[in-house]
Amino acid sequence: MDTATLTAPQKIEGPAQLDVVEMTKQFGSFTALDKASLRLRPGTVHALLGENGAGKSTLVKCVMGYYRPTSGQIQINQQSQAINSPKDAHHYGIGMVYQHFTSVPAMTVAENLVLSRYDNQTLINWKQEYAELRAFIADSPFQIELDVPVAQLAAGQKQKLEILKQLYLKSRILILDEPTSVLTPVEADEVLGLLRKEVLAGKLSILLITHKFREVQSFADEVTILRKGKLAGQGSVQDLSIEAMAEMMLGKERNTKSVDKTEAAEQTPVLSLEGICASQDNGLPAVKGVNLAVHTGEIVGIAGVSGNGQRELVEVLAGQRSPTSGSLQVNGEPYTATREEMFRHQVYALPEEPLRNACVPTMSVAENVALRTFDRPPQAKWGWWLILKAMRTMAMGLVETFSIKTPSIDTPIRNLSGGNVQRAVLSRELSSKDVRLLIAANPCFGLDFAAVDFIHNAIVDARNRGVAVLLVSEDLDELLVLADRIIVISEGEFVYESAIADADLQLIGKSMAGH
Amino acid sequence: MAIAQAAAPSDWFYRWRRPLEAVALPAAALLAAIVIFGGFCAFAGANPFAVYGSIYKAAFGSWSAWQNTLIRASPLMLTALCTALPARLGLVIIGNEGALVMGGLAAVVAGLQLGTALPAPITQVAMAMAAIVAGGLWITLAGALRHYRGVNETISSLLLNYIAIALMNHLVEGPMRDAEFVTKPSSAELDPSLLIGNLPGSRIHYGLLYGLIACIIAYVLIQRTTFGFAARTAGGNIRAARIAGLPVGKLTLAVCFLGGSAAGLAGMIEVAAVQKRINASLVSNYGYAGILVAFVSRHNPLATVLVAILLGGILASGGILQRSHDLPDATVLVFQGIVFLCVLFSDSLYGRLPWFREKAAT
Repeated sequence: MDTATLTAPQKIEGPAQLDVVEMTKQFGSFTALDKASLRLRPGTVHALLGENGAGKSTLVKCVMGYYRPTSGQIQINQQSQAINSPKDAHHYGIGMVYQHFTSVPAMTVAENLVLSRYDNQTLINWKQEYAELRAFIADSPFQIELDVPVAQLAAGQKQKLEILKQLYLKSRILILDEPTSVLTPVEADEVLGLLRKEVLAGKLSILLITHKFREVQSFADEVTILRKGKLAGQGSVQDLSIEAMAEMMLGKERNTKSVDKTEAAEQTPVLSLEGICASQDNGLPAVKGVNLAVHTGEIVGIAGVSGNGQRELVEVLAGQRSPTSGSLQVNGEPYTATREEMFRHQVYALPEEPLRNACVPTMSVAENVALRTFDRPPQAKWGWWLILKAMRTMAMGLVETFSIKTPSIDTPIRNLSGGNVQRAVLSRELSSKDVRLLIAANPCFGLDFAAVDFIHNAIVDARNRGVAVLLVSEDLDELLVLADRIIVISEGEFVYESAIADADLQLIGKSMAGH
Repeated sequence: MAIAQAAAPSDWFYRWRRPLEAVALPAAALLAAIVIFGGFCAFAGANPFAVYGSIYKAAFGSWSAWQNTLIRASPLMLTALCTALPARLGLVIIGNEGALVMGGLAAVVAGLQLGTALPAPITQVAMAMAAIVAGGLWITLAGALRHYRGVNETISSLLLNYIAIALMNHLVEGPMRDAEFVTKPSSAELDPSLLIGNLPGSRIHYGLLYGLIACIIAYVLIQRTTFGFAARTAGGNIRAARIAGLPVGKLTLAVCFLGGSAAGLAGMIEVAAVQKRINASLVSNYGYAGILVAFVSRHNPLATVLVAILLGGILASGGILQRSHDLPDATVLVFQGIVFLCVLFSDSLYGRLPWFREKAAT
């Protein structure tokens, strides 16, 4: 740090300067953040840009005191400070607004604001509180009625309330974690625009986590770009084009460590979707009429920022969610994901979060790897009697072949590490010789390098055998290595498609960001 | 290959740690309950050791006591299945009392309608079938509400109890009332040929065998058949069951039907072996006690048999506490409640005690 710079005496109202210096955070052998530094100057908006898993959240969680960094410092006004809890962060005027709302829906705006305070008063003098709150709201960038229950507010209003809470707590450095992901573009512009005014007036500094280039360009002064935990670029937004930022975010030279692919002789469509629509749990549309064909011996990759409909799409294909409209065909026949159809067409799935989606945590490894086959010979006799010995024999074979590390095949699968759960699922889904269609979603999420390599090879190997593979992933690198064809999904629609050889990275980056 | 050795040490304790854990924890819970209830007895002015002596004598102290215990245990085995089977699917069903009443009602209606027109064994089978179907459909209703409409199955099955009891009261006070029987509103009496007899040389009726057989069938069904495997899968993780293409809805309905039919059969046994007619005495807490049995046995149908006998013994000792120790009749319910709480608490200790932990993979 350049200590020669004179720091002007801070006005009490103004934000402090925040420096993150050479911050490193390791989880076991995995380095989530590697010597990242950034400076948030008082009265500026600083954007933190990066793909999923680039280390953005890790960085801010270190700043907020949720994580203790492995090494590195946090400086407030160039004084190194230890922040061990969110309360410490609050002490230095740092407050975070989360992606998901943290207000109590049944309580009013005023009650939520009072509730958010750190001091715990036994008695609340509502008359006095209201007077103070009104004065506070009048002076704040957003106007919200105090008496309305939060449940009745629109998403934009709720987001404003979350920000108001931090202002109410006198936070002068706001960390906003993808604040616009739940807002419409108009709402997003309004919220960010009003905040920008506060910043320009010198009342606030903002660290804005985002993956939307448009917001960076319109509202940020400076930008820090992370990629795989490392600093990929930093600078003034004025000096950087969208293309340059996209390149920093996605990486320039792709290490296309090619997994040996063989050319498929003849391609026939296996999976075809026509006009498939599906809703989220809350009933809002998530997938908006997509068409897709996946052929034999082909890996089709679907890229996109999480929350753009890919989860719902995979759930439809895996039989966990019913489409609201559209037709789904496998091998030219209508497909509704019943067990009988899955077996007839040999459809298998590697969903994300395998322990949650594809395993029964309390059942043993042996039972879990038998989930596809328990009702067929040799594991079942007469269609209803289980042959436990056959089940155990198969399980022992799979544990051996797929090197699943487990104390025994009778161990409940939840006791295994994430990588080994994934291996167990993989062994179950790929061991059938006749697999024809494989649906995979973020199959390597959170796994170490060895496991990732193993899974990549298994998927390519399946493809080389003629399996049609649909690979949905938030890791663009993974898709570029594995896929034959890449499609970008944004807000429930396919917005970009090309063969992998012709893929245009900048265009992919833009499409992902909703351009 | 540096260390190719599996992590399993050869000592027998390690190898048997899981069954040992499954025995040790409920046993410890029972011991804790005995200590707490002992304190309660002392507080109420009775000598706890004398109380336990009496309970033991009244429950298991003689052949006569054993018979009393087993007569009470047989409906408990069946009503427990009404909670234990759906529990394997992740449902908490407490409609045992209602299913028992519906089963008893259906059995009496079938028995009275058919009368002596057909050979007695055929009529008895018809009564049993009627009870099984009525009890089964009653709980299927709760399962269907759950699966299709997302209604909480615990609440709906509880409320179905009240409806079943009200329905029975309505029928025995109105359309089905036997005017000649004046003690309390009741249906007509079943023909003596339709009653379930006693095991040779005892006062224990054949219902005990029904209960034993039902528990064994339930165990085999859950542990050894593809149906049971699918049900356990859906109960353990419904998302995994969907990915495997299992018909979750059908499984829910089928398992609820089986559970309800067991309780329905208990109703048939109660009317055909004990009550001989249907009236409000049929509602004698066997349903609710069955919930307790199911939880204490951790929904394992074989353990259910043992727990039902234990609880049957406790219930059989109710009278003696009143007579010899001047404790209220309801004291056994206090004991029952303390046992239930202790066992539920012990449930949270599985996998947490260091002696029973599995050693990590190498």
